[in-house]
Amino acid sequence: MSNESNRRDFLKQSGLLTGGALLTTLPSFASSYGFHSSADDTIKVALIGCGGRGKGAALQALKSRQNVKIVAIADAFRDRLDDAYKTLNQNPELAKRVDVPEERKFVGFDAYQKAIPLADVVILATPPGFRPMMFEEAVKQNKHVFMEKPVATDAPGVRRVLAAAEEAKKKKLNVVVGLQRHYQPNYREMIKRIHDGALGDIIGGSVYWVSGGVWVKPRQANQTEMEHQMRNWYYFNWLCGDHINEQHIHNIDVANWVKRGYPVSAQGTGGRQVRTGKEYGEIFDHHIVDYVYEDGTLINSQCRHYEGTFSKVDEQFVGTKGRVDSFGRQSILKDHKGGSIYTHNGKGDGDPYQIEHDELFAAIAKNEYKFWDAENGAKSTMTAIMGRMATYSGKVVKWDEALNSNIDLFPAKLAWDAMPKVLPNADGFYPVAVPGKTVTV
Amino acid sequence: MRSTVLVGLLSLACSFTGLAQGTLKSYTQDIPGSALKYEMVALPGGKFTMGSPAAEKGRKPDEGPQHAMQMEPFWMGKLEVTWDLYDLFAFENMEKEMAARNPGFDMTKMNAVTRPSPPYVDMSFGMGREGHPAINMTQYAAIKFCAWMYAKTGIFYRLPTEAEWEYACRAGTQTAYSFGNDPKLLDQYAWFNGNSGGAYKKVGLKKPNPWGLHDMHGNVMEWTLDQYYPDYYAKKAKGEVKEPYAKVTQLYPNAVRGGSWDDDPAVLRSAARTPSAPAWKMLDPQAPKSEWWLTSASFVGFRVVRPAKKPSEEEIKAYYNPPLIEEY
Repeated sequence: MSNESNRRDFLKQSGLLTGGALLTTLPSFASSYGFHSSADDTIKVALIGCGGRGKGAALQALKSRQNVKIVAIADAFRDRLDDAYKTLNQNPELAKRVDVPEERKFVGFDAYQKAIPLADVVILATPPGFRPMMFEEAVKQNKHVFMEKPVATDAPGVRRVLAAAEEAKKKKLNVVVGLQRHYQPNYREMIKRIHDGALGDIIGGSVYWVSGGVWVKPRQANQTEMEHQMRNWYYFNWLCGDHINEQHIHNIDVANWVKRGYPVSAQGTGGRQVRTGKEYGEIFDHHIVDYVYEDGTLINSQCRHYEGTFSKVDEQFVGTKGRVDSFGRQSILKDHKGGSIYTHNGKGDGDPYQIEHDELFAAIAKNEYKFWDAENGAKSTMTAIMGRMATYSGKVVKWDEALNSNIDLFPAKLAWDAMPKVLPNADGFYPVAVPGKTVTV
Repeated sequence: MRSTVLVGLLSLACSFTGLAQGTLKSYTQDIPGSALKYEMVALPGGKFTMGSPAAEKGRKPDEGPQHAMQMEPFWMGKLEVTWDLYDLFAFENMEKEMAARNPGFDMTKMNAVTRPSPPYVDMSFGMGREGHPAINMTQYAAIKFCAWMYAKTGIFYRLPTEAEWEYACRAGTQTAYSFGNDPKLLDQYAWFNGNSGGAYKKVGLKKPNPWGLHDMHGNVMEWTLDQYYPDYYAKKAKGEVKEPYAKVTQLYPNAVRGGSWDDDPAVLRSAARTPSAPAWKMLDPQAPKSEWWLTSASFVGFRVVRPAKKPSEEEIKAYYNPPLIEEY
């Protein structure tokens, strides 16, 4: 009970308790999820962005063993929203905690503004281009946040997230970013040992996301250009930031985590070798980047979307005393003669996607301020964007100039009949970066 | 509907007697539109004892009581299905390109085949693709792979029942492994946690069992057709179950067999049974989770069988289109 009153104090302090809205009583029920089910401790959640990942995050929030309730959902598209509502209601037990009548379903570009005020915690899972403005709004309204990676697609967006991250810190708002390796037991254990010196100083490494590609949603008749790009967001930089940002950020972020810092410069190469059709928008299908850290350490990053080729999603690092063999299923630290320093077999480890929600909601329920992921999320996002700047331009890009870049990819106006900044030519092909010519900073 | 048909299809293991033993011949299945081949080994019919004796080391209660099964001849893949083949099914673009290099193959008939959605993470987990066993597919995806094989070849392929799998694995033996009872010999026949170095290996590198099948023990576990019931053999013994297999009616657990690169020797025994589990999809962050990819089961693959008698088109259609269980 003391937890409960503490929590209310905490909510008051952080300006979250408005009227009697939080004091909704949920009936207690037997539950295989073992929810806390006392009255008055409901944590209200708004889901913003109803794709597969948004639905997944909402269900993970519901399974977090706290008294979580989904009270609002928002998406740009009505069909996506309806699909999410259906999915959230599929498990009868979890569905009891989905309380989203028609008047709390919000559709359109401004849907987030209507959903955020209704919640204590906001899940931001739209395409990443929208993250800065939505995170800003959530912090402004004193909400705790779970947001998916990456948290921006260009430098102005990163700067907005960094500024809002500062605000969130001042307000003691918990922010978890879906760089879930930070919540994955083998990464936590391995990197703790690396930081404790098990491998000596880390002086080099490689990080990989070389794999097949993702979904494509070819253009439909009667779609406006804005709708086409929104439906097919993976292939447009203002929405996705290219796959170096959208996927490979995970591995780049691990490099930053291991190095406890961010690179000072990047140079690299990339292009469209396999995925050349107009349906693939403007993004590259491969990037190889050298990231140089302050102490001179060079970490090579590779990402690629080629079907039918060697695949690897992993990270390797070399230290003065040993190396990381793999973070994969069996995580292994070895000395330079091949002897084992530490092995972590992931069998029995929890699901990192669930753990990130369990820990976030447990902290909120206990009035604890424990998570300030936004700053690292923004800087790791910036690292990936800096890689893209390097491969698109073919130049050496320095951290400071990258972060201060004023190239803003976001459309001047958000509306279904408004035009994004990148448009197809008469044949339907989008302009693609040309190293040596394209300016990115 | 599915249950009736499957009993029809599978009961041939018990009732199909028109075929004299030994009349099947091993053969190599060409994969039209590609340079790939898949070797099928003819297995003789006969009686065998399914399950393990109570005294077998490492034995679990779900392996008993032992009971007699009458098996008709059938063919089984000599090797686990590799990524080379599975990727052609999973990635339509790859198949189109292969077909373009091997003129004469008609892609149009492949268009009706349902294919996996692209996986979000690398499903080989960096353990290698060429010549390596395909892993992390759901049982549903493995069935759809069989449908794809049928569309390509006109030959009816399907997953083995647990009984067929154990019969093929034992290859006439009654010992814990097809090479005897001594786990020390495992290194010659299998990849397991004692010699795998933490990853699967190319198929067929180890010695085969007496019927010429490789990697029945270890490398990757293999999907069967059966729902997993711990007391299924007990029910069979009491006569409560007549069918030679347990049809799938719910998502979990289904039965996989054979142990993997990540398992202790006991899990590799001919009679050992493993139930599938929701944790096998743990790293799928989406909702609903994929029907096609397990994401967290880098120890599960499969091989296919071909019954001696081809079922009717209607039966085949029903087999290849099981009711889609949510998150199958």
